[in-house]
Amino acid sequence: MMIKQTPDLTENDTTPYALYQHRREFLKFLGGAALLGTALPQRAWAKSAFSTDETPTDFADITTYNNFYEFGTGKDEPAIKAKTLITSPWSVTVDGACEKPGTYTLEDILKPHALEERIYRMRCVEGWSMVIPWQGFPLGQLLKRFQPTSKAKFVRFETLADPKQMPELKQNVLDWPYTEGLRMDEAMHPLTLLATGLYNKPLLNQNGAPLRLVVPWKYGFKSIKSIVRISFVEQQPVSSWEKANAREYGFYSNVNPTVDHPRWAQYNERRIGEFSKRKTLMFNGYEAQVASLYSGMDLRKNY
Amino acid sequence: MQLPEPLFSRCIKPLVFALALLPLVLMGFGVWQDRLGANPIEAVTRSSGDWALRFLLLTLALSSLRRLIGWTQGIRLRRMLGLFAFFYASIHLLLYLWLDQFFDWQGIWRDILKRPFITVGMLAFLMLLPLAITSPKAMLRRLGKRWKTLHTLIYPLSILAVLHFWWMKDAKSDTSEPLIYALILAALLGERLYQRFKA
Repeated sequence: MMIKQTPDLTENDTTPYALYQHRREFLKFLGGAALLGTALPQRAWAKSAFSTDETPTDFADITTYNNFYEFGTGKDEPAIKAKTLITSPWSVTVDGACEKPGTYTLEDILKPHALEERIYRMRCVEGWSMVIPWQGFPLGQLLKRFQPTSKAKFVRFETLADPKQMPELKQNVLDWPYTEGLRMDEAMHPLTLLATGLYNKPLLNQNGAPLRLVVPWKYGFKSIKSIVRISFVEQQPVSSWEKANAREYGFYSNVNPTVDHPRWAQYNERRIGEFSKRKTLMFNGYEAQVASLYSGMDLRKNY
Repeated sequence: MQLPEPLFSRCIKPLVFALALLPLVLMGFGVWQDRLGANPIEAVTRSSGDWALRFLLLTLALSSLRRLIGWTQGIRLRRMLGLFAFFYASIHLLLYLWLDQFFDWQGIWRDILKRPFITVGMLAFLMLLPLAITSPKAMLRRLGKRWKTLHTLIYPLSILAVLHFWWMKDAKSDTSEPLIYALILAALLGERLYQRFKA
């Protein structure tokens, strides 16, 4: 069966957002239409083996219930206040232990990578969770381009910290710029994603546009937003939350139902949009893929 | 200063009662119309806690107002506002027991023992409970002098309630809001200390 190619359309154009949530029905509809010989845009994303079959959380919830302290500490605030973030032009500085340091434009960063869809669970350390259809590419593919040296044991990330675009920075709730880090093997893991979009739309500012990290087996705050700097470092970096409160927020912050946050239990979670709570899964349900990264480690100590 | 008596008892008192019910009405409307955002359970839990704390501080403010501006009528709103504090605190507690813990008593007990912010919140509620029970005039008469002593529990329980809020927000590195409550409470308690030392 011939499917007409429409190269001038991007993937974003092909699946109208309203139909996204009924993707299967939509696909059936497309299949029917194709049989009738109608020229219609092609399929949605190929299903990644890493994607979950769970129903994605509503787009409205994903884009209005956010922790992005640079735009206020209320979860409804980023959706209102992040409009001041300028995401174009955007550049990312790469430095530290690598052969190709420099400042790269967003276009340079993205050009060689084919975007793919990953439907991931997202578990916030606060006890709620979502299912988010991200579009992006594996972080490891990008990191390899910078040719990290043998001294690169960790990767450190920074969010933009511009008081002109982020008026809440003066509140000093955290030590800006927001900083996060991964061990090199965590960063190179195929699950670790750099996202540029969700629900087939470019990321909205409140979700960390134009480029954010997604590490689905760790608590959400590890998935740093609006990245402007990537550094290859030898020493374990200190994340912003670790600096604010090391006893409550460790470097690893792997989702772990058996290790409570000092102020609340972590064995269950409220999936946004659901009434009852669900059991929280070890490594947020990605145990088969990532448990080997931590073999022999005491996860109670390395929380 | 005093308001004309008919105005106070016929208008102000019922008006205060209606206004005090407004947060509940708005919460109910918000749930019904799905206007409470992505996490409505969290929204109503937070809101009921906020209002319990606000009514506690308002209750404490009435006797300060009597001393500072001589408005004695306000004291007659004290029982009502105190009971509203209890009302919203009960909703807050019920939401925690039901929609956060789903009446898992073992989990709740663990929470109380292990988590200081839950411990102090629960203590504050346990101290508020006898105040609500002894609020009818008949109880006041029956308890006599002991009633007044019992009702000084409002001071420690208010401190615990603010602490409960503080410790919850502190985990998120975000104590600006509880700080406002703490400052108001400090002013209200400070005024009482000042009166005591002055006398």
